[in-house]
Amino acid sequence: MSFIRKTSDFVTGTARMAFLGGNKVYYAWLGLLLLCIVQAGFAFANQFQHGLISTNMRDSVSWGFYIGNFTFLVGVAAAAVLLVIPAYIYDWKPIKEVVLFGELLAVAAIVMCLLFVLVDMGRPDRFWHLIPGIGHMNLPSAIMAWDSIVLNLYLVINLTVASYLVYCAYHGIHYDKRIVVPLVILSIPMAVSIHTVTAFLYNGMASRPYWNSAILAPRFIASAFCSGPALLLILFQILRKVSAFEIKDEAIHKVAELMSYAMGFNLFLFGAELFKEYYSNTHHLVHYEYLFAGLHGKASPIAPYAWASLIFAIVSFFLFLIPKTRRNVVTMNIGCVMIYLSVYIEKGIALIIPGFTPDQLGQVYEYVPSLNELRVAAGVFGVGFLLFTLMVKVSVSILFDRPQAAAHG
Amino acid sequence: MIDHAAAPLAIPEPPAKGHTRREALILGLFALAGAALTTGCASDKTALDEYLQKHFKDLSGDELKAVLARMEKKYSEQYGKHVSVSATPPLEGVLFGYALDLSRCIGCRRCVYGCVEENNQSRDPQTHWITVLEMDKEGGVNLQDANAYYDHETVPAPGKFYMPVACQHCENPPCVKVCPVQATWKEKDGIVVIDYNWCIGCRNCIAACPYGARRFNWGTPNIPADELNPVTEYLGNRPRQRGVVEKCSWCIQRTRKGLYPKCVEVCPVGARKFGNLLDPDSEIRYIIENKRVYILKEELNTQPKFFYYYGL
Amino acid sequence: MRIRAVRLAVAASAALLLTVACRPVQDPGARYGKGAEGAAKAAGTPATPATPATPATPATALFPVAPPPFSDGVFPCSECHKPGDKVNRVPHAVEFHEDIVLKHDEKNRWCLDCHDAQHRDKLHLADGRLIDFTESYRLCGQCHGPTLRNWKAGEHGKRTGSWSGAKQYLLCASCHSPHSPHFKPLQPKRPPLRQEKIR
Repeated sequence: MSFIRKTSDFVTGTARMAFLGGNKVYYAWLGLLLLCIVQAGFAFANQFQHGLISTNMRDSVSWGFYIGNFTFLVGVAAAAVLLVIPAYIYDWKPIKEVVLFGELLAVAAIVMCLLFVLVDMGRPDRFWHLIPGIGHMNLPSAIMAWDSIVLNLYLVINLTVASYLVYCAYHGIHYDKRIVVPLVILSIPMAVSIHTVTAFLYNGMASRPYWNSAILAPRFIASAFCSGPALLLILFQILRKVSAFEIKDEAIHKVAELMSYAMGFNLFLFGAELFKEYYSNTHHLVHYEYLFAGLHGKASPIAPYAWASLIFAIVSFFLFLIPKTRRNVVTMNIGCVMIYLSVYIEKGIALIIPGFTPDQLGQVYEYVPSLNELRVAAGVFGVGFLLFTLMVKVSVSILFDRPQAAAHG
Repeated sequence: MIDHAAAPLAIPEPPAKGHTRREALILGLFALAGAALTTGCASDKTALDEYLQKHFKDLSGDELKAVLARMEKKYSEQYGKHVSVSATPPLEGVLFGYALDLSRCIGCRRCVYGCVEENNQSRDPQTHWITVLEMDKEGGVNLQDANAYYDHETVPAPGKFYMPVACQHCENPPCVKVCPVQATWKEKDGIVVIDYNWCIGCRNCIAACPYGARRFNWGTPNIPADELNPVTEYLGNRPRQRGVVEKCSWCIQRTRKGLYPKCVEVCPVGARKFGNLLDPDSEIRYIIENKRVYILKEELNTQPKFFYYYGL
Repeated sequence: MRIRAVRLAVAASAALLLTVACRPVQDPGARYGKGAEGAAKAAGTPATPATPATPATPATALFPVAPPPFSDGVFPCSECHKPGDKVNRVPHAVEFHEDIVLKHDEKNRWCLDCHDAQHRDKLHLADGRLIDFTESYRLCGQCHGPTLRNWKAGEHGKRTGSWSGAKQYLLCASCHSPHSPHFKPLQPKRPPLRQEKIR
C-alpha cells in the first residue's frame, strides 16, 4: 500500500470512527459542543463587526477573560505531557496510552490557546505579521514572539507524535521508537518552556507589580501540575468504564499523590508571595487588596472567586494528601474538580484582572467579562473539547476496539 | 482595512504596479483568511494593497509614496476634504524632550482637548491621549490616591495638585520591547511611534507601559468630518482604524516642522515646555539643569524624556 | 466721558504696578530727574505700544511679546491725563479707578510707583527710566528677578511658535494682572468618560 493510499485510508477510517458508533451520550455531548460553537460563531461575528468594544475590556484592563483562559490552557497543555515523567518512572503499564492521551490533551489545549489569542487580537486578519520570513517578528526582545514560536512548535511536536502513534496503530504496524522517543523527550522541556515563556510574558513587565515577581513561573508550573492531571484522571476513569483501556488504581492514586505535592508546593509559593506583599505593605499591595477584598471601600467583583479558589486549593490539597481520601473514588473526584476549578480561577480570573486593577495610574475600572465575551469563550472551549473528544474517540477505537491493533499495543 | 466607516471607497484606479513575489506568496498563503476577513473586499485592490502593506521601515521610497498617496485619497474621500499624509523624517541633531511644571499646572484639561482636536482622536468612542490626575498636596505623587475624573466648578481645587500624564517617550521604552511585530519603535529624534497599519492589536504594549499612555481602538474611531485636522502624519495623527493601538506622538506633524506641540500652545499657565535636549540653549536644557526634576516611576529605568519639575 | 477715559487709563496704568515692591521708597525727585533723561532718550523712538510686535528698543527685540492686555479703550492714558495736570504724589485712593483692586504689596506701593505721572503712556523703572508697556517685564523683573530670568530662558510663562526658531512670548501682565497678580481659577474642561460608559 502506498503512503498516500494508507494516509487517505487513515483519514477516512478515523473520520468514520470519530462520528459513527457512539452511544446516545456521545452524540448528545457532540451536539452540546456544536451548539456551543455555533452560538459562539454569532458572538464572534458580532465582535468582529463592532470590534473588541463588544467585550468589557477597556484601556485600564486591556486583557481579560480571553487571555486568562489562554494562560490556564497553556498550563493544561504543559502538564498533560509532563505526566509522561511519572508514567515512565513508576512504570505504569499502559505507558503508551498515558502518553498518547496526554499529548492529545496538549494538542486540544494548544488549539484553544491559539484560538483565545486570535479572538483577543484587535486585528486577527494581520496574524501574518507574526510569521517569520514574511512578517516582522520582534526577536529576541518580545516574549510574545517567543511564546508564539514555542506554542506552535509544541503543537506541531505533539500533533506529530500523537498522530504518528495513532496512524501506526491504525495500520497495525509498530511505531518507530527512533521517531517517537526523541520527540516525546523533546516535548518534556518544551512543555516546561511554554509555560515558563508564558509566565515570562507577564513576569517581565515592570509596569505591573502584581506579575513582576520571580516566582511567577514556578507558580505557573506548580499549578499546571495540578490542573492538567486533574483533567486526565477524570478522563482515565471514564475511559476505563467505557472502553478496554486499563489503568491500575495504583497509577491513579499515584497521580493524585503527585498532585497533592504539586498543590502543596503551589500553595507554599502563593503563601510566599502573600507574605512578601502583606508584610512589606508597599503600594503594590493594592492588587492583592483588589483580589481579596476591594478598593476604596467598594467590594471587588472577583473577591468571591479568589476566596473560592484558595479554599478549593487547600481542601483538595488535604484530600489528596491523606491516603484514605485520595483512594476513595468520591473524595478523589471531588478533589479533581476542586483542583481544576481552583487553578482555573487562579489563572483565568485571579491572575490577569488584578494585574490591571488598579491601572498604572491608580485608576480603578471594574472589569467583568461581557456576555459576548463569555459566549465567544464558550465556543473556544467547545472547539477544544470537540477536538479532544473526537481524537480520544478515534484513539480508543483504534487502540482498544480493534483486537488486531490492540495486540500490537 | 475593514473599517465600515471606510465603506464609500470609490475603488480608485490603483497605481499600475503588479504585486511582487513576496506579496504573491503572502497572498497565496493567506488568500482565504484575507478574503474572509476583509469581508469580501478582496476584489478591491485598495483594500488588498492595504492588507498586504509592508512594515513601514521596509517600504522603499516609491512604495512609501504610493502608500501615502493611497491614504490621502482614501481619507480625503472619507472626510470630504483634502487630507494630507506625510512621513516627515526625524531632524538631524535633535532629541526631543518635554518638561511639565507640576507647581503650575492647574488641571484645566485644555491640553487634553487641544490634543484631541489636533491629533484626530476618536470623539465617540472617546479617546484621550492625556490623562490629568488630581492628587492631594499633602500626599505628594501617590497614584493610588489619584483621580482622573475630578469635576470641579473651578480649578485648581484647594489642597490639590495636578499631574497630566501621556506618553513619556522613554529612552528605554518597555512598549517597544514587548511588541511582537515591531509595530512600535523609537525614532532617532526620540519619539516613540506606531505603525497603525502593522499593529496586530495584541495590546501587550498597553500592558507593558508603566504610564497608562497607550490607547486601544476598541470600536471604530469616529471624528466628525468638519473637526478633522487635515494636516496629518503617517506615524502620527492620521485617522486610525479599529483594533489598533495609538498614543501621543509629541505632535510629530508639528514638532518635526519646528512647531511646539499643541498641548504646549494651549496650556493657559505655560506649564508645558518642549525642545531639543541636544541644544544647550533650549528651555528644556535650562529646566533640567536649573530646576528640581521629578521623573515618574524613575525606578523602572524607562528613562523618560518627559520631565516633571517644580518651577516654584 | 472724561471720567470713563480716566478710569480706563488708570486701569491700564495699574497694569504695571507689578514689580517695585521690594525696593525701599526712593526720593521721588531724584527718580523723576532721571526719568526725564530717559524720556529724552525715548523721544527719538516713537512709542508704539499699540503695535507691540515691533520692538521699541533692542532689549525687546529678543523677546517678541504679545500685545499688552489693555482693557478696551483704556489706552492711551494721555487721552485723559494731560501733561499739565496737577499731580498728587502722596499715595491715595484714586476714585476714578476704583474698579482696580490693588493686591500686590499694596501696603508699600501705589500707582505712581510704576506708572509715570509725566509721561502717562509710559511706565518707569525704579531708577526713573521710562519704558513702553511692551517692555513691562523689565519693570516686573526689578523685584521678580529670578522669575524674569526664568521667563527669558523660556521656563516661566508660555511661549508659542517654534521650539527651534521664532517664539512669541507673553508679557507678565498677559497672565498676571499687575494689580492682583495671583492667577485666577479656571473652569476645567469636562472629565473623561468613565470606561464603564464607553460602549
